[in-house]
Amino acid sequence: MTELICIVCPRGCHLHVDEENRFAVTGNSCERGSEYGRTELQNPTRVLTSIVRIEGATGRCCPVKTDKAVPKKDIFRVMEVLRGLTIQAPVKTGDVLYADVCGTGAAWVATKDMEKGT
Amino acid sequence: MRTEYDVIVVGGGPAGLAAACSAREAGAKEVLVIERDKEAGGILNQCIHIGFGLHYFKEELTGPEYAGRFVKRARALGVHFLLDTMVLAVEGHTVTACSAGCGLLVLTGKAVVLAMGCRERTRGAVAIPGDRPAGIFTAGTAQRYINIEGRMVGRRVVILGSGDIGLIMARRMTLEGAKVLACVELMPYCNGLNRNIVQCLNDYGIPLYLSHTITNVKGLHRVEQVTVAEVGPDRKPIPGTEMEFDCDTLLLSVGLIPENELTRNAAIPLDPATKGALVYENMETQAAGVFSCGNVVHVHDLVDFVTAESERAGAAAAGYAAPKVCQEGQRTLSVERGAHVTYTVPQAIRTQNISKNAELSFRVNQVFRDSEIRVTDGETLVCRFTREHMAPGEMEHITVPKVLLDKVKGDSLRVSVAAKEVQA
Repeated sequence: MTELICIVCPRGCHLHVDEENRFAVTGNSCERGSEYGRTELQNPTRVLTSIVRIEGATGRCCPVKTDKAVPKKDIFRVMEVLRGLTIQAPVKTGDVLYADVCGTGAAWVATKDMEKGT
Repeated sequence: MRTEYDVIVVGGGPAGLAAACSAREAGAKEVLVIERDKEAGGILNQCIHIGFGLHYFKEELTGPEYAGRFVKRARALGVHFLLDTMVLAVEGHTVTACSAGCGLLVLTGKAVVLAMGCRERTRGAVAIPGDRPAGIFTAGTAQRYINIEGRMVGRRVVILGSGDIGLIMARRMTLEGAKVLACVELMPYCNGLNRNIVQCLNDYGIPLYLSHTITNVKGLHRVEQVTVAEVGPDRKPIPGTEMEFDCDTLLLSVGLIPENELTRNAAIPLDPATKGALVYENMETQAAGVFSCGNVVHVHDLVDFVTAESERAGAAAAGYAAPKVCQEGQRTLSVERGAHVTYTVPQAIRTQNISKNAELSFRVNQVFRDSEIRVTDGETLVCRFTREHMAPGEMEHITVPKVLLDKVKGDSLRVSVAAKEVQA
C-alpha cells in the first residue's frame, strides 16, 4: 500500500494505492484521481510547460506545453529539444511546434496566440 | 475618444476581464478595461504552467490559455480596452489615467470596478538581514524574466517561502537547468497547495525545510551564500542550527499585498484583515457604485475563484449602471470572524440582493482535520459545514441559502471553526 497526494487538481486528495490488489485506489474523490494513482506507481507521467524562442512577434518567447503527459523519466530529454528551436510568428494556441518529441507521441504546442509585430 | 462609459474596469487581469465580460452580458453597453501592461491577461501571461480552469472550464489550462479565452470573449462582446495605460486616481466615478499615446485621460463610469490585483512582498517587507547584492528576486519577478523576457536569472537557487509561486518557480528553474538547493518556510506547514509540493519539489528532489528561515545573505556584487536556521515555536531562529548554502540566487515567495493605493486614495474603507476593500455580497465597496473583485479584495489560491467572484462584481456593476428602481429599507447583516477565522469576504450582506444563496469565502488560522464550520446568529446555529481538511493556505468557500439568511434575527452572522462534535 502506497500513500500519494493526488496532483490532478488543487484539491490534493490523499490516495492509498494497493499494489497487491491490481493498483486499486482509495481516498480519491473522482475517477481522474484513481487513474492518477494507478499510473503514478506504474508509469508516472507529467504534462510539461516551457517557452520557445519566437521571431517576428512583439514578445521574445512563446509559451508552450506538451499536448499530453510524457513519462517522468523523459522530462529532461523532452525539455532539451526546445533549446534548439526557434519559431516564426504568427502562431495560434494549439499549433503543433514539434511533433512526437523523443518518441513519446506527445507534441510541443503553443499556448498563446502571437501575432506578427515588431 | 469616448469619455463616458457604463462600467469602467481598472485592471485587465483575470478579475478585470471576467468583470468586464459579465458586465457586458448583464446588459452594460459601454464597458472599458484599463490595463497598465501592453497586453491584457495580467499575471496569467507569465504563469505558463498548467493547473488553471479546472473549475471554470472543466479542463486544465495554462495561464496564457486561460487569459486568452477571456481576452477573446471580451473582444467578441465589444469590451473596449485601453492598454499600456496607468490609472492615477479614482474619485467618485471619475477615473484619471495616462498613457504615452493618449496623454492624460479623465473618464467617467456609471459604475467602476477595481480589479488591480496584488503585488509581491519584497525583501524589505520580511526584513532579511545581511548584504544587499544582486541576485535577490521575488519569485514573480524571476518568473517574468524567464517566461516573458526569456532570460535566466541564476544557476544555484535557494527559495524563501513556500507559496505556490515559489514552488512553481522551483520546478521552472530546475527544468531550465538551475540547481534548486532548498525551499525554506518559516511556518511549520507549507503555504502552497499539496499538489505543488508533490509535482514541483518532490518530483525533482528539492528539500523543503519547514520551521526554518534565512538569517543571513552574503555576497559583494552577487549573492554568494545564504544562511538558513531552524526557528522555534516563537518563530525566532534557534542558535546553533545554522546551515550554509552556496548559491547565486535567492527567490522570495513570501506573500502578496493587494494593490489598493487607488482604493485608499479614494477613501474607500479597507478591511485590515484582508487589506482589501470592505465589500457587500455583490462585491460593492462602501462607496456606492464602486465594486472590487479578485486579488485586490483578498488573495485567492485559484484563478477560477477570482473569475467567479469577478463575474458577480461585473454583473452587479452593470445592474448599478442601469436605470433602477429605488431600493429602500435595505437590511444589512455584518459577517463577523469567529474562532479560527482570519477574515471573511464579503464582510456584509444585504439580504434583499440575494436571490438564492450568499457565497462566503474565508481562511482559517491553523491546520484542521475533521472539523466543522459553523455560521451562527447570536447563540442560534444558522448552518454548519463539515470539512475533512482545512489549512491557512487553502481558501474555504461556503454557500448560505437565502431561506436561512431570512430567518436570521440579529444584525450579524458569525463564521467560526470548531472541532467536529462526535455524535452519539
